[in-house]
Amino acid sequence: MSLHARLVVDRGRFRLDLPLDVAAGEVVALLGPNGSGKTTALRALAGLITLSGGSIDLDGTEIARAGHGLPPERRRVGVVFQDYLLFPHLSALENVAFGPRSAGASRAVARDRAAQWLARMGLADIAANKPGRLSGGQAQRVALARALVTNPRLLLLDEPLAALDAGTRLSVRGDLRRHLAAFDGATVIVTHDSLDAMVLADRIVVIEAGHPVQDGSPAEIVRRPRTEYVARLAGLNLYRGNADADGHVMLADGGRLTVDDRVAGDVFVAFPPSAVAVHRERPSGSPRNVWEVTVVGVEAHGERVRVELTGVPPVAAEITTGAAAELDLLPGTTVWVAVKATETHAYPA
Amino acid sequence: MTQPSQQHYRRPPWVLLLPAVIGIAYLFLPLIGLLIKAPWSTLGARLTEPGALTALRLSLITATITTAVCLLVGVPVAFVLARTRFPGQRLVRALVTLPLVLPPVVGGVALFTAFGRRGFVGVLLDRWFGIQLPFTTAAVVMSQTFVALPFLVIAVEGALRGMDTRFEEAAATLGASRWTAFRRITLPLVGPGVAAGSVLCWARALGEFGATITFAGNFPGTTQTMPLQVYLTLQNDPDGAILLSLILVAVCITVLVSLRGRWIGAV
Amino acid sequence: MWKKRTVGISIAALAAAMALAGCGSSGKTNASSTPAAGTSSSASVTGTITVLAAASLTGTFNQLGQMFQTAHPGTTLKFSYGGSDTLAAQITQGAPADVFAAASPATMKTVTDAGDANGTPQNFVKNQLVIAVPPGNPNKITSLKDLTDPKLKVVLCAPTVPCGAAATKAEKAAGLTVKPVSEAQDVKSALTPVELGEADAALVYRTDAKAAAGKVDAVEFPESDGAINEYPIVALKNAPNAAGAQAWVSYILSPEAQAVLIAAGFQAP
Repeated sequence: MSLHARLVVDRGRFRLDLPLDVAAGEVVALLGPNGSGKTTALRALAGLITLSGGSIDLDGTEIARAGHGLPPERRRVGVVFQDYLLFPHLSALENVAFGPRSAGASRAVARDRAAQWLARMGLADIAANKPGRLSGGQAQRVALARALVTNPRLLLLDEPLAALDAGTRLSVRGDLRRHLAAFDGATVIVTHDSLDAMVLADRIVVIEAGHPVQDGSPAEIVRRPRTEYVARLAGLNLYRGNADADGHVMLADGGRLTVDDRVAGDVFVAFPPSAVAVHRERPSGSPRNVWEVTVVGVEAHGERVRVELTGVPPVAAEITTGAAAELDLLPGTTVWVAVKATETHAYPA
Repeated sequence: MTQPSQQHYRRPPWVLLLPAVIGIAYLFLPLIGLLIKAPWSTLGARLTEPGALTALRLSLITATITTAVCLLVGVPVAFVLARTRFPGQRLVRALVTLPLVLPPVVGGVALFTAFGRRGFVGVLLDRWFGIQLPFTTAAVVMSQTFVALPFLVIAVEGALRGMDTRFEEAAATLGASRWTAFRRITLPLVGPGVAAGSVLCWARALGEFGATITFAGNFPGTTQTMPLQVYLTLQNDPDGAILLSLILVAVCITVLVSLRGRWIGAV
Repeated sequence: MWKKRTVGISIAALAAAMALAGCGSSGKTNASSTPAAGTSSSASVTGTITVLAAASLTGTFNQLGQMFQTAHPGTTLKFSYGGSDTLAAQITQGAPADVFAAASPATMKTVTDAGDANGTPQNFVKNQLVIAVPPGNPNKITSLKDLTDPKLKVVLCAPTVPCGAAATKAEKAAGLTVKPVSEAQDVKSALTPVELGEADAALVYRTDAKAAAGKVDAVEFPESDGAINEYPIVALKNAPNAAGAQAWVSYILSPEAQAVLIAAGFQAP
């Protein structure tokens, strides 16, 4: 039940060109900002858009090519839509039974299978409710059951948790992960939320402006981001520069950093804001990365404070509220930052 | 969902209120006139006259058959207009709404030229099947259908356009053929629009006069519908005509009121 | 609550407006109407003369109207044709007209009984029924009995219309019943389906068949002698142009007009 595709779609001035391979049982997240083309990719996989080029192979059978492809109803592709699109005039049970009945099962058999799936999701007691009377979390699970009951070979999820509030999202995310693990087909999740991607996916494909820019496991993506976007998602400071053999990196946008990793040539350098220490005066001692910066803005994140600083290079620091109070950080104040070389991470660009 | 708290309405400006009252009065006064001038003392005798009941029954039966025909034909027309694109679509949509602005008598004449014994379709019907359409009850249904079909098509097309088509996409991804998706998803979701269109269609068919008397003629029991009978009775027996009119009004009000709450909404 | 008070005021204002309007035109008062007994005063006749006439008089009255207007410059004839029963109903309900020419005494009686006639109606022609058939008489109809053939589509006038009443009389005289496919509201509407080829026969007046010569053929039948319609004409009581009404009535009874009517197929009264 593996997916082997190259999705090429031309839409006016925008062009999607995305190779995508997903093994059976694997969960791949398509991560990208709005307008990056990830929804287009999903609709092409589902058969709701025609490809302009490339092809889609599912289980060794070609289901789409440039200009034509199987219609959605013949593709064995299950979709969980962003607003779930549960049929408002049917109960939860009838919604889930819709797929089997469309495939020709009798009403009794279809309802039976639907009931089993709803029970598996812990929704047996709301089976008779219409979608209008379901909570966000319940609706999401009904939508998932509705897609899975048809035994699809490829499962597509479009921003599966976007419609939920923060609290529900937490519990639903965990449930969803379990269900996806139990599904033996290929799964593609489209999302702009990095946390969803990292929790739910085995592999992340980062897509920007219609092209893939990074492909790897969640850990890899976070440790070695290759674009601003991903770095921002991971909350990291990211720079690009040229490293010499001694670990000195001349940054492309100005400044110099010393790193521990022995890499040479074109490199990325990344470190988390928590690795940045902020001082009133120039500190002495071991850190080999010390430079003067100016405070731009200060933001509280719970018990931590995130400080945006400009300088050569600019940097974001995360310190305790106590430390922030002591330093008396006002926008425009000049301070010094220090980053230990051991806390930086350099890798080839 | 919480109920909205009591909404406080402000008095409309006089410039709007006065014409509104006049407009509503204008619609009510003729009905009140009917009630005042009706010969209530003879109601029992007239109602049991065979002519009145025959015409009423014919009207109700033909209007209902017409509505059924309009549903069978009109919903597909609405679907084609709302969900597909083809060259000449604007022309087709204009043609479908033509009977709305055409004087019904003109419609009757047009039906003659097509389906009369010498009409270009009627000639074939006569030669191949021995069927002659004018002056039959079928002709009554045809006349009513001609004038009432646009109401249904417009109502259903509007509902189809206003509906979220993504539900149909979801149905497709679940394996539903286009026919299954239409039957189980699209139709139920546009149900209120279909119902409203049906009521309008039925009411228009019930009141149809000009095309009927031209194409179907006028014969008691076969083609003399209630509006025709009211017109004829008016010549010799104005009081009787008033009574027949009231009967028709009562039937229409009953139907409208009984359907109102259910699934029509604004109608 | 604002609602009750303001709506109440509005309705009161509306009712007052209606009452004022009602006082305006209650019945016509014709200070200028001359009393009955018509002697023609051709020199002083001017203005519009409105005539309601049976449909069978269409061609002849139009022709006579032209002649009258030429003879009396300054006059304009306005005709409204229809089934005599319809016209009689309109008159009794107050339609403004000067003269009524009906196709049967029965329909004229409706008007005189209601007191809307000015004087006694006078018969000015007679008319007789014929069977109108498509040119060439394809169904070979020769008698009233032929019309009872169920395969034929026959159109009759409605029984309340004079030509329909005459048809009923003729049927009774022959001891037959003709089952029509449609009952027309006036004699011209009865003729139309035959002209269009949609009906096989219609019972209409000899004058109508003659007027449509070329489009229909006429078949005489003996029973029509027993159902001849007399056509009365009368000036109306509330005529806007009473002098014109009398003038027209006199004109119709004059030898000149009679010649035109006879030529069209009517019979002398």
